[in-house]
Amino acid sequence: MSDLTQLTLESALGGMAAGDFTSEEITIAHIDACMEAADLNAFITNTFELAIDQAKASDARRAKGAVGKLEGAPLGVKDLFCTEGVKTTAASQILGDFKPPYESSVTTNMKADGMVMLGKLNLDEFAMGSSNETSSYGNVVNPWKKNEELVPGGSSGGSAAAVAADICLGATATDTGGSIRQPASFTGTVGIKPTYGRCSRFGIVAFASSLDQAGPIAKTVKDSAILLDSMAGYDPKDSTSLNVDNGDWIASCEKSIKGMRIGIPKEYTVDGMPAEIQSLWDQGVEWMKDAGAEIVPVSLPHTKYALPAYYIVAPAEASSNLARYDGMRYGARVDGENLNDTYERTRAAGFGPEVQRRIMIGTYVLSAGYYDAYYLRAQKVRTRIAEDFKNAWESCDALLTPTCPSAPFAIGRKVNDPITMYLNDIFTVTANLAGLPGISVPAALDKNGLPLGLQIIGKALDEDTVFAAAGALEKAANFTAKPEKWWT
Amino acid sequence: MSAPEHGVDAETVRKIARLSRLHVDEDRLEPLAQELNGILGWIEQLNEVDVEGVEPMTSAVDVSAPLRADEITDGGIRDAVLANAPKKDSGFYVVPRSVE
Repeated sequence: MSDLTQLTLESALGGMAAGDFTSEEITIAHIDACMEAADLNAFITNTFELAIDQAKASDARRAKGAVGKLEGAPLGVKDLFCTEGVKTTAASQILGDFKPPYESSVTTNMKADGMVMLGKLNLDEFAMGSSNETSSYGNVVNPWKKNEELVPGGSSGGSAAAVAADICLGATATDTGGSIRQPASFTGTVGIKPTYGRCSRFGIVAFASSLDQAGPIAKTVKDSAILLDSMAGYDPKDSTSLNVDNGDWIASCEKSIKGMRIGIPKEYTVDGMPAEIQSLWDQGVEWMKDAGAEIVPVSLPHTKYALPAYYIVAPAEASSNLARYDGMRYGARVDGENLNDTYERTRAAGFGPEVQRRIMIGTYVLSAGYYDAYYLRAQKVRTRIAEDFKNAWESCDALLTPTCPSAPFAIGRKVNDPITMYLNDIFTVTANLAGLPGISVPAALDKNGLPLGLQIIGKALDEDTVFAAAGALEKAANFTAKPEKWWT
Repeated sequence: MSAPEHGVDAETVRKIARLSRLHVDEDRLEPLAQELNGILGWIEQLNEVDVEGVEPMTSAVDVSAPLRADEITDGGIRDAVLANAPKKDSGFYVVPRSVE
């Protein structure tokens, strides 16, 4: 049998439907690939035995004619999604051996659609990071390598690395400032963050609640549409979940973009950006023109304020969300001299340095006397950023930008310089602040043979246009490169 | 309103750490103050933005908060709730003494 791990999700679902192979067969092929790829450190917890049981159950359902949207597909789940009875860590020590007694709504949807779960994928601790180096379970290694080991991006680095290495057909991820799209760009995979409110946040370990949004990392644009179609949907358990229908996203991936107006924001040309990224962006413009789109220059004047606003809003919300980790009801506890000392020692031992840094920033900007000057001002700047997009939509239907200002970098290079690390998210964070859908599509290799992505940002709830533009981009870019399998 | 000076010193870090319920060793206060000042200094550029009369953003997509009936839809799962407790006894969490 040909190597089942080389298939896309779409072709794997087709192959099972045609009876070419069973879920058990393709699941075992992926488990073998996962075990060979241990050096990537993509998983925190594997659930291989459970996966085989789920695959057998899927094959039995299929025999009876019950076939879900993801029927029998072996997938990975970012370890930020609570999974009933399966250890969930958020890559932090503070959760100890936490085994959720409940399931996140996104993975509930996917299980109902026939997902086979291979395991829980590594990430930056509490999804705070852009390189996977803040994980307390060790960094993930990018399957793409150039002399030295590279970061896979973050925070969904395990998800991106697993998909790029063909050890999962696709994976769930989350994106608070770029945590789906930046690792997708760094690994030559596709990642979409949908409109805020499309995917329920229930059962996803909270980082910054007004920004957190789930989405998939996949091998192709259409695979990402298949996954998102399962993940998304209204959920009464999340008060910010939108009660709207999914679009016909899978079909949209093949829709013509003739006449579509693609905006090019001039503020996304930043100092110090490698010339290769500018020229790839220019190439992207040509591709879109060739596909029949009209190119429109637009201005998003508040772009430069997006990251500083984010680094107020996100830590502020994180400091509130992470107050729940007190070592009393679940997770690890370090006993101190009294209750407060127990809290303080538990949290100092349980949270890593980046998480502690953000909790303290968040506490500071929310503290008495500073709330108006920092948090309230940042939320007003956020309105300005959202207005920039609304103005742009007067003259265009979607935006084309680079996903990241650089190719994947070496492990350890930026870890001690928080602001340089934060700048990774410069092109992605605006979509989080405005709540808009954004997708990263692999577009080319740089001179070192490393992947670079381009991003499409769309209007709120207009994933159909985003998928159509991304589909056209993918077709034109014809990105077929794969990392060399040095890890086997 | 004018922005505060981003002058975080060791004493401020001690206070923030206390509010954050994070134990910070004495010799870490000064380095942390410098780290926080680096980040807060970078954030100061937000003061350039004219936000006069701008409403703070509350939601990306305009929706009204959903209402639901105030009724119990879950419960009776004591053992599941307690399953992850670091310390428990006879159906209760065991926590350090908080009232002397």
